[in-house]
Amino acid sequence: MIVATPLKITQALAGSRIDRTIESRFTLMRPDPPPRGSPRASGIRFSRMLLPLLLGLPLVLLAGGVYAVVASRRPESGRRIHGAALAVCLLLLALALGYLLARDSPLELALPLGLPWLGMHFRLDALSAFFLIVVNLGGAITSLFALGYGQHERAPERVLPFFPTFLAGMNWVVLADDAFSFLFAWEFMSLGSWALVMAHHQEPANARAGYLYLVMAFFGTLALLLAFGLLAGPAGGYDFAAMRAAQITPGRSALVLVLALLGAGSKAGLVPLHVWLPLAHPAAPSHVSALMSGVMTKVAVYGFIRIVFDLLGEPVLWWWGGVVLAAGGVTAVLGVLYALMQHDLKRLLAYHTVENIGIIFIGLGLALAFQANLLYFNAALALSAALFHVLNHSLFKSLLFLGSGAVLTATGERDMERLGGLIHRMPQTALAFLVGSAAISALPPLNGFVSEWMTFQAILNSPELPQWLLKFLVPAVGALLALSAALAATCFVKAFGITFLGRPRSPAAAQARETDRYSLAAMFVLAGLCLLAGILPGLVVDGLAPVVALLNGGARLVDQYNQPWLTLVPVGALKSSYNGLLVMLFMALAAFAAALLIHRFASAVARRGPAWDCGFPDASPATQYTAGSFAQPIRRVFGTLVFQARERVTMPPPGDQRAARLDVELHDPVWERAYAPIAAAVIALSTRFNYLQYLTIRHYLSLVFGALVVLLLGMALWR
Amino acid sequence: MHGLEFDIAHFLAGGMVVVSFLLLYQDRVYTLLNTFALHSLVLALAVGWQAYIQEAHHLYVTAGIALLFKAIVIPMALRRIVRQLGIHRTLEVVGGVGRDMLAGTALVALAIMVMLPVTAGADALAREDLAFALAVLLLGLLLMVNRHNAISLVIGFMSLENGLVLAAAGARGMPLAVEISVAFSVLIALIVIGVFLFRIRERFDSVDMQAMDTFREGRRK
Repeated sequence: MIVATPLKITQALAGSRIDRTIESRFTLMRPDPPPRGSPRASGIRFSRMLLPLLLGLPLVLLAGGVYAVVASRRPESGRRIHGAALAVCLLLLALALGYLLARDSPLELALPLGLPWLGMHFRLDALSAFFLIVVNLGGAITSLFALGYGQHERAPERVLPFFPTFLAGMNWVVLADDAFSFLFAWEFMSLGSWALVMAHHQEPANARAGYLYLVMAFFGTLALLLAFGLLAGPAGGYDFAAMRAAQITPGRSALVLVLALLGAGSKAGLVPLHVWLPLAHPAAPSHVSALMSGVMTKVAVYGFIRIVFDLLGEPVLWWWGGVVLAAGGVTAVLGVLYALMQHDLKRLLAYHTVENIGIIFIGLGLALAFQANLLYFNAALALSAALFHVLNHSLFKSLLFLGSGAVLTATGERDMERLGGLIHRMPQTALAFLVGSAAISALPPLNGFVSEWMTFQAILNSPELPQWLLKFLVPAVGALLALSAALAATCFVKAFGITFLGRPRSPAAAQARETDRYSLAAMFVLAGLCLLAGILPGLVVDGLAPVVALLNGGARLVDQYNQPWLTLVPVGALKSSYNGLLVMLFMALAAFAAALLIHRFASAVARRGPAWDCGFPDASPATQYTAGSFAQPIRRVFGTLVFQARERVTMPPPGDQRAARLDVELHDPVWERAYAPIAAAVIALSTRFNYLQYLTIRHYLSLVFGALVVLLLGMALWR
Repeated sequence: MHGLEFDIAHFLAGGMVVVSFLLLYQDRVYTLLNTFALHSLVLALAVGWQAYIQEAHHLYVTAGIALLFKAIVIPMALRRIVRQLGIHRTLEVVGGVGRDMLAGTALVALAIMVMLPVTAGADALAREDLAFALAVLLLGLLLMVNRHNAISLVIGFMSLENGLVLAAAGARGMPLAVEISVAFSVLIALIVIGVFLFRIRERFDSVDMQAMDTFREGRRK
């Protein structure tokens, strides 16, 4: 509560008193303050300002959004807004990184805003600091990209106001410390991104995507609201501190787990709640797609971790891990299978996000299973893997979406069947995209490999689990993970190969131009980060250690920075270790030696000769291997089962002039089994009740009267 | 509370319920209007008595407003409208006195059954008043449901509003500003309804709601 009187006192007294009144007004709390006068005294003063600063800086973003409404038609406003967003995100990133590395104690702040009896609580701990880093790293890079990319935007006034708003919303979600602030920021984020999805609303597909997104977002928020309601209990302790302290019955906590899985999962894209994601993410402008896929799904993961690992707390039941594991495994495999069937570059990337969310949830499920059996060391490994993958996926998925944005501006095409040969026209974009593809396919020495390797290490420790069901389930999920990793590699061979290699399949692709320098800078920063996180994984794991310790009852992985040669030794040197640096050195040496040998002993010059054309000179580019042909073997193997794929070859008889046709028919099992019946039921019900629209006045009055009488009767009889 | 004061308040509030019953079976327009004027007069008396026994002087204003507008101005205005529309001789078929009386009795019983347990903590006067007010409200709704004629609908609506005023007066009165604004909104409603009645009449040659319903049916097809 605001105290009205201290104003006079502060004028009369010295500075120390002012500090105290500020404290009393905002109830700043530090659980264990280090002694004053120590070398960190200046750090105390700084950390007191840290949380207000982290909360206030997004207000600058909001101001940018307001400015955009006023000035979005002016050509320079795009640069100003993206520049400001870049600066703010970099600052937030630096602050959060500083906090995480200093391993400070949590900071709390209560503001007298929002609901009068609750206020707004905010808290900065290691978990929120880590996700702040993910959010603002993505925000900064996409702002940098948009400095160049935004120039091509057809309708900047539809994008500019919402881009900074969306960023501000995501920042507030991870800092919120009560249900009201959390849901408010969550909806802020959802609506901001919805407006961005609808930026090009003239296309009917985008309008449909926006509608579906809105429905699913509201469903998710409803599930989260119910989860918070259960956590708060009848006493209504809606701030997270009260929820942490409260004890709830196992039945209720299981319900909270399911609701959190539904609420956060619908935003993150867990199968079968993913249906909106591959429609909505590609519909937005590419830098926003990068933010939604790379960052917003991570905010959803944050929501799940915050509720299940932090608020729900002990005791963890073993089957929770099983549920989350199964959801993650199914999501991973189905996501990548969907992705393989796609020929639209951005939609392929969006489906692939679903797969990666599955991998993250596998890690989280393993952590839950280990925690339930008090195997905290293994839980730390699984959690580190999941959080590492959160960071990794935000890096390479942003990179890939930015690359697809560069391709889209250069050619105007998203359909891979009309691309090709871009490596000649856009060599730098191609290089960055290749790095991203290798990283997401989990190839060493890049970062994707490290997190998936750590997940596998955790899976290999699963025989320590006592429950037989988990003993069987975890290796099965491991097999699913391995399958999805292999399919992901296939998927990105297809994405990169069809888009960048071969010959151009359309005039637009043949005349593509390399993208601008801002966009290239953004992509190369991300590619560099992918490489860095891949060759120095020990440092990342060390950075994650306070987060893991916070979620895991203090247990965390051993320090990695003092391992020889920067090796990653999560479990024990005898059992397993990985050194990205050495792998990279070896690969570089081997490649260099191979190149040297070839050029020394075979031929010193690169030659360009005609391709073998089977005796048909000047073959059309359409005779090349296509995205469809690439997917065919996978479709034959898995498609008939999962997608009920049917191929029909229509061969005209000899003499007929018609072209031969190959028709492929795919069904979306999730949509047809889960969503189509619901939609049909809603339509059937509303058709049946449609006559209520055409009643006479007397009938309406009678309805009101009857309802009133029935309610009063119920009241009279029930009492 | 003196026994007599309570009895008179009880008598007046109960009188409103009785007049509501009277309203239910008036099949001529003029008698319906007269009965409504009686209804408002009883309301004015009831509120005035409340003002006296509660020593709440602003309730006198409420009573005055009820007397002036609801017992005099509105019935007279409606009477004029009826004469101009030329429907003062129409008879409205009412569903059946016996059936309406039974339904009304059931509603009053329901109102008492609901209100008395809910307001167990309040003083006896407020409890009785609230129960009667709910009964008046329900009877007003019943009137609206039963009638076809637009004038009868207006009367039903106004008697329902009288019930609301009774409830407010019993529960220690509502603020004067609210009361005045409600009174004026009712007046404005009267004006709007009057205008609409003429428009409806112009278009359909009738103020019978059934004519409008058949017209709507026709458009729907």
